[in-house]
Amino acid sequence: MTDTTTAARSRPSAPERARRRRGGGPPGEPRNVAWLYLLPALLVYAAFLLYPLGRAVQISLYDWNGNTLATWAGLDNYVEVVGDPALRASFGHALVLIVFYAVLPVLVGLVLAAILSRAEVRGLAFFRTVVFLPQVVAMVVIAVAWRRMYAPAGSVNDLLGAIGLGGLARGWLGDYTAALPAVGLIGTWFEIGLVTVLLLAGTGKIATELYEAARLDGAGPVREFLSITLPALRGEIAVALTLTVIAALRTFDLVYVTTRGGPGTSTSVPSYEVYNRAFQQGRVGSAAAIAVVLTILIFAISFGITRIADRDR
Amino acid sequence: MRRRPTTHLIAAGMLGALALTACTPGSTTGTGATDQPSGAVETDPAAMGKVTLTVWDQEVRGGQAAQIEELNKEFQAKYPNITLKRVTRSFDDLKTTLGLALSGNNPPDVFQANNGRPDMGKFVQAGQLLPLDRYAEAYRWTERYPESVRKYSSYSSDGKTFGTGNLYGLPQVGEVVGIYANKAVLAKAGITDMPTTWADFEASLAKVKTAGQLPLVLGNLDKWPAIHVFGTVQAQTTPAEEIRTLGFGQKGGSWTTPENQKAAQTLVDWVDKGYFSPDVNGLGYDPAWQQFSKGTGAYLIAGTWLQADLGKAMGDDVTFVLPPPAGSTPVATGGTGIPWAVSSRTKHPDAAAAYIDFITDEHAMAVLAKTENLPVADTADQKAPSALGQDVFTAFGTAVKDDSLVPYLDYATPTMSDTLGAALQDLLAKKATPQQFLDTVQKDYGDFVAQNG
Repeated sequence: MTDTTTAARSRPSAPERARRRRGGGPPGEPRNVAWLYLLPALLVYAAFLLYPLGRAVQISLYDWNGNTLATWAGLDNYVEVVGDPALRASFGHALVLIVFYAVLPVLVGLVLAAILSRAEVRGLAFFRTVVFLPQVVAMVVIAVAWRRMYAPAGSVNDLLGAIGLGGLARGWLGDYTAALPAVGLIGTWFEIGLVTVLLLAGTGKIATELYEAARLDGAGPVREFLSITLPALRGEIAVALTLTVIAALRTFDLVYVTTRGGPGTSTSVPSYEVYNRAFQQGRVGSAAAIAVVLTILIFAISFGITRIADRDR
Repeated sequence: MRRRPTTHLIAAGMLGALALTACTPGSTTGTGATDQPSGAVETDPAAMGKVTLTVWDQEVRGGQAAQIEELNKEFQAKYPNITLKRVTRSFDDLKTTLGLALSGNNPPDVFQANNGRPDMGKFVQAGQLLPLDRYAEAYRWTERYPESVRKYSSYSSDGKTFGTGNLYGLPQVGEVVGIYANKAVLAKAGITDMPTTWADFEASLAKVKTAGQLPLVLGNLDKWPAIHVFGTVQAQTTPAEEIRTLGFGQKGGSWTTPENQKAAQTLVDWVDKGYFSPDVNGLGYDPAWQQFSKGTGAYLIAGTWLQADLGKAMGDDVTFVLPPPAGSTPVATGGTGIPWAVSSRTKHPDAAAAYIDFITDEHAMAVLAKTENLPVADTADQKAPSALGQDVFTAFGTAVKDDSLVPYLDYATPTMSDTLGAALQDLLAKKATPQQFLDTVQKDYGDFVAQNG
């Protein structure tokens, strides 16, 4: 509300505006009028983003079951986030998932992009589509399908048996050491397509003269990749990392459908804990505190990524 | 230079948002126990004038949907002055949205609220449910529903004590966890008669194993299925009263007793002897019972809700019995379907109660039986549509008559489902010893009881 009034008060009259422009200020509308243009979007942003965020922060300071009157808890919920080993572990699991969601897909994507852009691949559009396909399918559907594949009598174990590795067969999602990587690999499979298509778009805009010059200087494919492709893709890698890291940190559907955080608590992640506490256990304050910490973490990490990528530009 | 105004703006926005949210969460909703309306109860719906009841339920699948649709149709035909506005949700959807709806401005009049503390207990605490004792008296619900069933939807008016106090809802169907057996598989192992004692049952497990078959089908990937198996074993080692204290989260119980230790140890022994499905924690619940229905395994410890599916798939091969008792009477985990409750803010409490009465009376129980549900009242008198159904009706009837139902263990505290589910996965995977398992569960129970007062 205050924004409107100040903007209205300081909106200059026509002659005044003319005088100002003559007075040598920057060209165009004055600053305050610019705010007015931004106002509608700002209001929507405030109503649907800032207000809920503020409310979440506020709720995180209370002990609340969602229905009765809340009691003030101060920072207790945050102390719990830091102090509860199981909760701390869930943040650890999210970090492990970053490796599977972000690091692996970018590495594989770089290799794929390098190969696809260098070689004359027939039907490139087809491969690009195929590799992108997982992105089109809803994560819940993917999770259900992979849950079947990981089952003790599922196709993953069948495959292992067929290639003579039947000894490795197990109920992947019920195995304490294998469950988290198994969940992570679904994420890898899901994100590779997105990353590859992003990187392919990036390689497409690298001038071919650069490669020709490099080849004249006697560079091999590896040298070319390291000296030309990789530096040129810096921006795309940053975008890919930002998207996939955020996806990793907010993983919920995959865990909810495949393991419900089990076996024990070995695959529980913060987003799942938020849902579980808010809607299953009636601990809304604690859930909000985890959500706030998660938001800060996501903000910090994606900020860090863009910062690093922007350097030297 | 360009960043500064944005920073200011965000800061201002955050402050504004915080200012707007300055009131305590929950303060806008009805709080504290509401006064129970007094005065005479109108029990004739036809005399209530024009009324619209908003009803939220989760009776969306198979026989559940069939029974409620039929009963609603009959109710509408009989009382045209009462309009039912039915809103259907899946169980999970109802569970996640009901709390919000009850604290909003237009709560439904009649709805299904899950028995346990995270749902019904919380709503009672918030004063959002209407105590139904006046109606129980007027409609003689106390005769229709034995105490062993009523306590599953009874709370003290402050919501702290579960299992006694005011009546807040009435269920339509019963549930009991027992043992499904594949007679063909048992016959192959040389077992022709169903075991009648716990010792016989354990002996039959060994026999099935020796015959090269799988004794017990269990898929525990979804975390909760082992709770029912543990509950069944615990019911044979631990006095029923103690289990009730633990299950209802009442004061004075303890998990770290020799009896519970024995139950946990039994589960570990069964793992060691290879009685359970291999990779028990990696197998999903649905795939597990589907395997059983296709002829894998001799026994499946599960609830009566699988009756229709298993009966259809297995025909005469399958039978259902209460867990063979270790003592004189059978004790089984069980309870009721989700009870129907009334909002404390409904404008038509009498009509709401009349509707609940209609869908739970003698005729309704017959409709339930016909549509392959397990009616909660007069169960033994009902005629089941199939042989397996008859087994199930007999089992539940016996359990209720002998007052030998013990509650689901995850009712105890808001967090128990998670705690116990994860702890049992640890126990079955031998990541935790029986003692560690009991300590984990005791901590959850103990912390809650201490805080609940």
